[in-house]
Amino acid sequence: MSFPTTGAIDCDLHPAVPGMRALLPYLDDHWREQVVVRGIDGLDPSSFPVNIPANGRPGSRPDGGKPGSDLALLQQQALAPFHTRFGICNVLYGAQSVHNVDLAAALSRAINDWLAAEWLDREPRLRGSIVVPIQDIDLAVDEIDRRAADHRFVQILLPAASDAPYGKRRYWPLFAAAERHGLPVCLHAGSTFRHATTLNGWPSYYLEDTVAMSQAHQAQLLSLVSEGVFTKFPGLTVVLAESGFTWLPQFMWRAVKTWRAMRAEIPWVDRAPSEIIRDHVRFTLQPTDAPPDAAMMARTIEQIGTDRFLLFSTDYPHWHFDAQAALPEGLSPALVQRMLIDNPLETYPRLRESLP
Amino acid sequence: MSQTLLERAAAPAARLMLVDCDVHHALRSPADLHPYLSQRWREHLKTYGSRKPTPFTGASPFFKSAPALSRKDTWPPAGGTPGSDLAFMQEQLLDRYGIEAGMLHLLSITGMDQRNQDFGAALCRAINEWQYAEWTQQDRRLKAAIVVPGEDAPAAIAEIEHWAGNRDFCQVSLVTHTIEPMGRRRYWPIFEAAAANGLPIGLHSSGSNGHAISPAGWSSFYTEEHHSIAISQQGLVSSLVCEGVFSRIPALKVVIVEAGLAWVPSLCWRLDRHWARMRDEVPHLTRPPSEYIREQMWFTTQPMDEPENPDDLRDILSWLGWDRILFATDYPHWDFDDPDTAMKVSLTEQQRRMVFRDNARSVYGLDK
Repeated sequence: MSFPTTGAIDCDLHPAVPGMRALLPYLDDHWREQVVVRGIDGLDPSSFPVNIPANGRPGSRPDGGKPGSDLALLQQQALAPFHTRFGICNVLYGAQSVHNVDLAAALSRAINDWLAAEWLDREPRLRGSIVVPIQDIDLAVDEIDRRAADHRFVQILLPAASDAPYGKRRYWPLFAAAERHGLPVCLHAGSTFRHATTLNGWPSYYLEDTVAMSQAHQAQLLSLVSEGVFTKFPGLTVVLAESGFTWLPQFMWRAVKTWRAMRAEIPWVDRAPSEIIRDHVRFTLQPTDAPPDAAMMARTIEQIGTDRFLLFSTDYPHWHFDAQAALPEGLSPALVQRMLIDNPLETYPRLRESLP
Repeated sequence: MSQTLLERAAAPAARLMLVDCDVHHALRSPADLHPYLSQRWREHLKTYGSRKPTPFTGASPFFKSAPALSRKDTWPPAGGTPGSDLAFMQEQLLDRYGIEAGMLHLLSITGMDQRNQDFGAALCRAINEWQYAEWTQQDRRLKAAIVVPGEDAPAAIAEIEHWAGNRDFCQVSLVTHTIEPMGRRRYWPIFEAAAANGLPIGLHSSGSNGHAISPAGWSSFYTEEHHSIAISQQGLVSSLVCEGVFSRIPALKVVIVEAGLAWVPSLCWRLDRHWARMRDEVPHLTRPPSEYIREQMWFTTQPMDEPENPDDLRDILSWLGWDRILFATDYPHWDFDDPDTAMKVSLTEQQRRMVFRDNARSVYGLDK
């Protein structure tokens, strides 16, 4: 499908942290010294090794640099071709995976401040997601409260898998902060490797880890619904980024069927999980995991049952499509319009503040 | 409540003889195995018991919906646990629904995930002897799975070879919660032995391996654990395909039991898409992953997926392939699917025969 409009809102871009050296100016004295003296570096996440072609589309690698590490290339390859009005930056660097929670907090602050200074200040179309030290809920909320004053930060970013399913009550202060600040919470593909990427342990191939991320999303969605997060925080929106959406119909059918049978166990879930999901959960477009033909995609969209669920994303610099072929076959023009502009504006209240 | 719950199948399945691909027999107590265990292992069972990587000796950490997981009406009038009384199973399931073959899966004690591997192997042998003497020889409609200690490949192969050729055993059963991903090479000799003996591998969700129930960690509720079967089996299927089990063992057949099946088409799409981008990592896969799945895997229906629009089930079954689908009741468990009403869409006569009988006859070689 050719690209139909201008003013698209790209909900998943990945500026790359070049390395710990780039973050040094944003660390406090203690952690700057610790990082230098101890040689702490190399925190690119194992969920996204940079040399794998899927993680860097052709032409996205500046000389000697990582895909996504160069603003000019991102402007030229991600923003210009789609006439992008806003692009939301999800920085994938290892802050959420370290075991020392103080270091996690220091790195999260540094990543957010680095993003603000080196990307958002230099390119007014870009917006940020707040990286938080999810290892410690108090520190995570502190970082949200600190960074949320800057309204260029439009959501909170979490890895799809970390210590425990996010519906658990230990995480509720984060959702309260999200609701308080009007920030959606994005669960982005990626694991902190606290648990194996499948129930059967660690698979051999990166391909399997990638595919398994949609299972992490399914488990998180089930947890968020079952624990009553959306009942407790009715203003909360959750964005599931970069693990497809064509799995959603079967997930909702099973969730509704199980809830009908077992709702006495989770009495706070007071309506069908499918209704809760349609109201509160959004999905980024790429990678699409499209069925083999457009008619099947159209059926899948009908089964999802709402045109509000989908958010446009290129997932730049990750490589899921060539040139401008970002839109899979089978999406109606009306859905494309909603996905490109209306749905992101509904999902991210802070984007609306920037509109003329 | 939705209308769909109240709808009945357009055409009852009663007059077609059925193959039920998931029937649960049960021990009245572990003592039922005593006659089939040596003195040493009888004493071990009494003293040390079943030791698995789970926190409780007498319960799952996810407390189920009902005692023994079972329908209230399946407790035998003569006593014992649901599924432990053959006569009552005949009356309540086999005769009532016209079942020509029922594929047995034992859940209540398993040999494969015992932490003491010698005990695990002894338990598997005892379970198989018990199944043969007390079930399949007592009712020829019932077909057993060779239960094997799958974490110990040589012992598993010995168990397969002990029973191979005995037509009371129609498949090899491993627990799904393997310690390593199911496709990894430690399990290949077991798959090869099964394929060499013409036996499918039947994978009924079961077992304990110490891993969290999802990549996101441990959930809180049985509601989640029950649904998690459908999620975790996606990883299991991915492993079998991506490790090249099917490409390396073309004669291997694998049946996924009690995980539903509506998740299979979207998993296939996702696997194919990412394989296309990363096929240099898995050069042993010369074709898209979905092709191996469509040729070498089968899926049982229970718990029957229930789309909001019932007709969508037809799309799902058709996308998966009518020849891949095996009907199952899961008797006597609480989420039993009634053959007369579970399928909410009307099928053509040919589709009905395939799903309710002929596919199972073919994959399990019941016509031989």
